[in-house]
Order: sequence, then C-alpha cells, then structure tokens
Amino acid sequence: MSSIEAQLRNGPAVDDLDDVLASFRREADREGLIDVAWSRVDTPYGDMRVAATDEGLVHLALPNVDEDVFLENLVDEVSPRVVEHPKRVDGVRRQLDQYFAGKRTSFDVPVDWRMTRGFRRTVLERLYTEVRFGEVVSYKELAVRVGNPRASRAVGTAMATNPVPIVVPCHRVLRTGGSLGGYGGGLELKLHLLRLEGALLS
Amino acid sequence: MRPPAFQAVIDEHGQPLYRYLVAAVGVHDANDCFQETMLAALRAYPRLQHRDNVGGWLFTIAHHKVIDSARSRERRAVPVGAAVDVGGAEMTELPDPPDGALWKKVGALPTKQRSAVLLRYVADRSYAEIGAALECSEAAARQNVRAALQRLREETT
Repeated sequence: MSSIEAQLRNGPAVDDLDDVLASFRREADREGLIDVAWSRVDTPYGDMRVAATDEGLVHLALPNVDEDVFLENLVDEVSPRVVEHPKRVDGVRRQLDQYFAGKRTSFDVPVDWRMTRGFRRTVLERLYTEVRFGEVVSYKELAVRVGNPRASRAVGTAMATNPVPIVVPCHRVLRTGGSLGGYGGGLELKLHLLRLEGALLS
Repeated sequence: MRPPAFQAVIDEHGQPLYRYLVAAVGVHDANDCFQETMLAALRAYPRLQHRDNVGGWLFTIAHHKVIDSARSRERRAVPVGAAVDVGGAEMTELPDPPDGALWKKVGALPTKQRSAVLLRYVADRSYAEIGAALECSEAAARQNVRAALQRLREETT
C-alpha cells in the first residue's frame, strides 16, 4: 500500500473543473464582478484574444501577442478583475469570424476607447470612422485629416499603440507611395488583411 | 506592484483549490464552497493587500468556507430548539467525505489539522501559504501537518 502522503497527493476523485468554473462565471457576471470579460478567437491567422468592458470592445491582441502581456495590459489600463467569459464577447467573435470569411466589411460593435488617449485616440477614432473596408490611407494623409499635417510620425505611434487592431483598422494605413510601413501583428498579417479587403493586388 | 489578472489566479489556483475543497467537504458542498470562495475573492480583489501571497489569501477564504460549510451542516442536523455549539468547530466532523477509508479518517481530523494536511498534499501548497491560509505561523503549519499525518498513521495501523 502506498504511503499516506502519496494517497493524499493523488487526491479524491474530482469532477471536471470546467463545469464548476462555468457556473462561477455566470454568477460573477450576474453580480457585475467581471470588469473585463475576455476570450480567445480562433482565426485563419492564429489565435487572437478579445476583451470587453460594460462599454464595449476594449482590447484585441493579434496572434503574436503573448497571452500574459494581453492580460497585464488589461490590468494596467482597466481593472485586475479580468475573467475569461466568452459569452460576453460572443458578438465581436461572430463578427470577426464573418470578417475573416470575407462575409463582413464593417464592424458593428461598441468600442471602449479607454486604453488610448489624447492625440493617439483622436487619430484612431478618425481612422475608425473614416477609412472603410478596401480603402487605404497614408500616415501623412491621416495626419492632415486630424489637422496636424506634420505629425505623421506621431500618427505612426498612434497606430503602433492601437488597443483594438483590425476593428480599428490600422492595417489600412500605409507609407506615402504605397509601401507597407509597419504593423504590430507583423507585416505578413498586414498583407493578408489588405488582400482580404481587396485593397492590394495579390 | 501590479496584481495578476484575476484570470491568472483562476489558472494557477483553481484546480488545487477545487481538489482541496472536494477532499475537505465532499463533492456536493465543494461546488458551493468553490463558487463562494471565488466570488468572495473576486469581490475583494481590487482591494487586495497581500499581492505577494495571493495563493495564501485565496486559501484563507477557502478555509473559512470549509468551516462555515461544516457548521451549517451541523446546524441543519440539530433539532429545532437544541443548543448549537458552534465553538466546537475545531472538532467538526467531515460532513460528506469523498469515498474511501482514508478520506473518512481525514474527515475525522480537527479542522485545522485537516485543512493543513490537505493544503500540503492535495493542494500542494508551501508551508508559507498554509500558514497564511490558516492564519498561523509557518512553524505552526508544519506542526499541524505533522500531527495530522501522525493521527492518520495511527488510525491506519
């Protein structure tokens, strides 16, 4: 017979934790304790992560972002009460699925802008409302549109710190002359997205 | 110091917490205790002081739920009008032990020893965490684990 310590370590038979966690999440959500609900989203380009507050979509992490970094960003900028709760982000997940399948050209989800501020937020909001599916714009042009024509470098920084890429379409911003510029999710993904939208010849 | 996202607390401690609760109060009550522990933790989380020992803090809440669960079982079992001795929580019997002779013996341990030995072996906690969870010193945590093992050995032979 194995030692008492070993028997204890093996533990009692336990149910699957998933069910228990699911009922915890439901109750926590009902009590309004989940400040940030998040979920993984499976896409053709890898796993992305989305997070929502009561006000809307607050953060989207592209596949190259570490999950820990995504969660830390949410703690720093919103609240430590971050809990995986797919039900609360069902809407945006469905719309992302449709977008990647080529069946959706705009997102109809409220955006919570609290993870960006000042000039960066101004630029990102302008981009979000004005640059549609299939269009592209240059850093310079976007700087002009927000009334600060010499700020193309700051526009680049705004794109690089976009908390909600894809939905706020920083992939549609290119260098003057049409070269790609940069992309937080990697240039390959930027190319894929622009092709998906028919903004680039393959 | 930045607290971890509550998700990280669930990922790191959820499974050992649930195992501890099942061993301490049985499957049925463990589901309730787990939910109550996690909800209490999430409610208090933004005001959490002991960010260097989140595990110890979480298991303190759980240990209190185990005591509460045992007391409410006793209360339910006592006929109306009879005296209720809640001061006897240290000797509370396991209300609904998991199957198996060993778990029944574990259930007969004093509450503090029971929690100590389960936290050590079922939940794989450090003595520092066990001390924090049981609100005693690390040395006292060791002593409780030792005493529990001794009793279990005596009763097994």
